[in-house]
Amino acid sequence: MPGEESNRNLAIKVNDLTKRYGQIVAVDHISFAVKRGELFGFLGPNGAGKTTTIRMLTGVIGLDEGSASILGYKAGSLKAKQATGVLPEMANAYPDLSGWNNLMFTAELYGVPVRKAREKGAELLQAVGLFSRKDDLVSAYSKGMKQRLILCMALISEPQVLFLDEPTSGLDVQSARLINDMLRSLNASGKTIFLTTHDMDEANQLCQRVAIINQGKIVAMDAPEKLKLTTSGMHSVEVSFSGPVSLEALAKLPGVNAVKTLGDKYRLYTAEPGELAASLVNYSYSSGLRIVSLNTLAPTLEDAFVALTEREVK
Amino acid sequence: MMPSVTTVLQQLRRSLAIARKDIRIYYSKGPVVIFGLLFPVFLFLSFLIGRHLTVDFMMPGLLGMILFFTATAISPIVVPWETMGRTLERLMSCPVANGTIILGDILASFIFGLVISLVPIIITLALGVAISSPAILALAIILGAFCFASLGNLFSIPPTNLPATANMIASVIKFPLVFISGVFISLDELPAWGQAIAYISPLTYFTDIARHCIAGQGHIPAAIDILALLAFSVVFLTLDIRLHSRTMPRRI
Repeated sequence: MPGEESNRNLAIKVNDLTKRYGQIVAVDHISFAVKRGELFGFLGPNGAGKTTTIRMLTGVIGLDEGSASILGYKAGSLKAKQATGVLPEMANAYPDLSGWNNLMFTAELYGVPVRKAREKGAELLQAVGLFSRKDDLVSAYSKGMKQRLILCMALISEPQVLFLDEPTSGLDVQSARLINDMLRSLNASGKTIFLTTHDMDEANQLCQRVAIINQGKIVAMDAPEKLKLTTSGMHSVEVSFSGPVSLEALAKLPGVNAVKTLGDKYRLYTAEPGELAASLVNYSYSSGLRIVSLNTLAPTLEDAFVALTEREVK
Repeated sequence: MMPSVTTVLQQLRRSLAIARKDIRIYYSKGPVVIFGLLFPVFLFLSFLIGRHLTVDFMMPGLLGMILFFTATAISPIVVPWETMGRTLERLMSCPVANGTIILGDILASFIFGLVISLVPIIITLALGVAISSPAILALAIILGAFCFASLGNLFSIPPTNLPATANMIASVIKFPLVFISGVFISLDELPAWGQAIAYISPLTYFTDIARHCIAGQGHIPAAIDILALLAFSVVFLTLDIRLHSRTMPRRI
């Protein structure tokens, strides 16, 4: 059947998934599907339901309504868990065990044969730059090192699907870059990745599709570039002048929707960036000022995110 | 749906991995050393000094006390410790059933109890007391250690992330049990109501069978002691798995 055929191409399938905590509906009848080999971003403000969703999908908490499956197995079942690697938000490795022992313990829980676990463990630790510190207790690791180790723990069983909850949150630039590079190469090798993040730039750079969740409901789901198009009035022109200008005068220029001061620059939002740039040049002549810099900017994923989540709140 | 034999064996192996992890991490933790080793020894000595007890009466009591305290020392603190250390969510997302995690924690306590119980056994032999039924005593120690470890795990069911809270709950239950279980006073010397209360404690049956094996006489038939320890183990383990499965997601 065609339906079954398309289901076979899905790594994650979620239907009407709902979770309540007392009167609060943390996740409210959400439905989506993630294709095999896709890097799918799950974005939302704090408390939107991202972590609750990931916890239901990884079987850490039960669901109240709806259904979810991973590679065709019921989410939370042993078979679904066996096929997945998880990096939970705020998770920790055992601080009283060495990095190596944490890794080998995880391998045992996934039933990875000892020899294979050792080979894979060494390979992963080398890839994240932790091999020389493998015998140190995790209590002596920095936050970035711990997060890299937990990513190795999620990968030790060579899972087909990866769930990563804010993997780079609060990390130094080097660790965050290393993790993002690893995610790219894992995705290129065919792994399905379900990623929650606050970092719009990260989502934009990594994800093939993103879903935006707000107050437990999915408010948008599409490719990042397509989502940016939903904010058509959010093009902007960033300009700086050789002297001070009045915000009111800039706001009165034709086609300007809003003006923001950004340090020594001004960002003017418009639907017609080309015409606004010409108006700004004329304005500078008439005011006796010189334009120091002028850039037209397309809407970012962050603009789309803010617009979509604010629209939902209103 | 019943799990297959392969799945059961696979989960048992993973329970052993969890037990090994617990042994590496928790055997040296303060609460385990204090409540599992030091406390029973000092408590026993405080009751022993000044009383004229025979060695063959005293040693089964000491064995019972030590096994009871050591086997209930780790199992109450592991889950709260995992919650506090934020390691539980990762563990729960691995392909292990909640029952597998609980059994692993119980096995760590069980092994701790078994190993430490060798100390009073060696003291008993060093004092020249003969163990008349070593095989039955070994079986009783195995059953007793498992039973007490399962009981200890029940103390951590309230979803607290503070090991001290679990230890407080454990102490409130463990101490009264020690006093009603024939450790310090023989069951024969207790009034009828005292004996009736003693029968609700699993420690009673262990102390009694230890007296059968060391002193050569007990109050309850040995077979009843063994069956009672077995029944308590099954009940405690079932409650552990069912109740922890309910409260564990609330810890996250």
